[in-house]
Amino acid sequence: MDASVWITLALTLKVAGWATAINLVLGVAAGWLLARRRFIGRELVDAVLTLPLVLPPTVMGYYLLVVIGKRGWLGHWLQQSFGINLIFSWQGAVIAATIVAFPLVLKSARAAFESVDPQLEQAARVLGLNEWAVFFRVSVPMAWPGILAGTLLVFARSLGEFGATLMVAGSIPGRTQTLSIAVYEAVQAGQDDTANFLVAITSITCIAVLLAAGRLAPVGRVR
Amino acid sequence: MNLLRLRRCIGAALLALVAPFAAHAADLTVSAAASLTNAFKELGPAFEVQNPGTTVVFNFAASDALLAQIAKGAPVDVFASADQDAMDRADAQKLLAAGSRRNFVGNALVMIVPSDSALGLKTLADLQKAAVKRVAIGNPASVPVGRYTKASLEAATLWAAVEPKAVMAQSVRQALDYVARGEAEAGFVYATDAAIMKDKVKVVATVQTTSAITYPIAAVNASPNPGAARQFLDFVLTPAAQAVLARYGFGIP
Repeated sequence: MDASVWITLALTLKVAGWATAINLVLGVAAGWLLARRRFIGRELVDAVLTLPLVLPPTVMGYYLLVVIGKRGWLGHWLQQSFGINLIFSWQGAVIAATIVAFPLVLKSARAAFESVDPQLEQAARVLGLNEWAVFFRVSVPMAWPGILAGTLLVFARSLGEFGATLMVAGSIPGRTQTLSIAVYEAVQAGQDDTANFLVAITSITCIAVLLAAGRLAPVGRVR
Repeated sequence: MNLLRLRRCIGAALLALVAPFAAHAADLTVSAAASLTNAFKELGPAFEVQNPGTTVVFNFAASDALLAQIAKGAPVDVFASADQDAMDRADAQKLLAAGSRRNFVGNALVMIVPSDSALGLKTLADLQKAAVKRVAIGNPASVPVGRYTKASLEAATLWAAVEPKAVMAQSVRQALDYVARGEAEAGFVYATDAAIMKDKVKVVATVQTTSAITYPIAAVNASPNPGAARQFLDFVLTPAAQAVLARYGFGIP
């Protein structure tokens, strides 16, 4: 049992890590676009991208099954063109966790970019920086505390993702069975010893993440 | 001026929130194996007609999940399991009303494939083919159909080959769904489950199980409504109820 618990923990961290990395890139890009660009339907885009936060994870799981499943339009295409099958794979778990946690970094990043004084960005332009340099040397550094806080929330949410992950990736020990699913399985099977151990591991992991987060980012000071 | 009305509204809302928690003496809670879902949903109203004033509440899941809930003190009156193993463990934990346990239906294990499958799978041994990437089975740790499946595959010395391809479902109905969606190339469910999705799955083989598939039912020791629990146990063995169960494909135990 012990070895399998560590494999489960490693898999959970791998899934949450990938979901966080992807969300950091996508969330910063989308947050900046929504904060700094004016376009028709901006608030509608924001609302649609925030949906995963509001919708039940089972609804997201169903949407994903319908889209990336073998008979879904995207899943079918991936299967035919590249032989990629996302259902029942850890990559599928990453996609589920990424989408469910995405609004957390989007909201934080948008608010953080909006709080950056546009005059500072304008001053950088006047001083001769191109748009990329303005973005990476002025906007992002000034918005960083908010972005980091959102990213840590994404990591925490991804660690605990359950509903959509179970529907999309299933529960294959060692391959797609994350900690939260392993706990569920153990309780279902009446294996209280295993459940107790898994719950303790999960709690310790989360406390460690929170402590690390406290060191990395003064979350309380985020505007 | 609207304060009084507002207060009344809040009062009514609070009452509406609290009311469902008030004990309902005439509720009969039946925790039944997932494979019984469709048949029991039809039996419930029939039982209510015969026993006016009693409302039947069903709780469907994998048998072991139901057992875990009962062991933790869930207010359940009747437990119907899909194998003897789960009921034996309920018995060993002294959760059952003495002398109430009986077998009430039988079932068969079948191997299914998506109805548009072109792999030509016919036998258990075909699961070894490379084209079979995923096989949906109930998790043997908590789902009876998974235990029957595992025992049959072990008897055929195929478990070692199939286990790496196994997708462990949380109940027989999830295994059915995985195959119906084409996400698994094959799966194992009961004959009664396959019959529900005739348009999406195809039965390719009836699997010889190492022990007969019989469903036991029993009253729960801590039942809040023991009288109605006994009546329900008698009810499922009546010819009328057995006829309904037979229509869904359940056999005689």
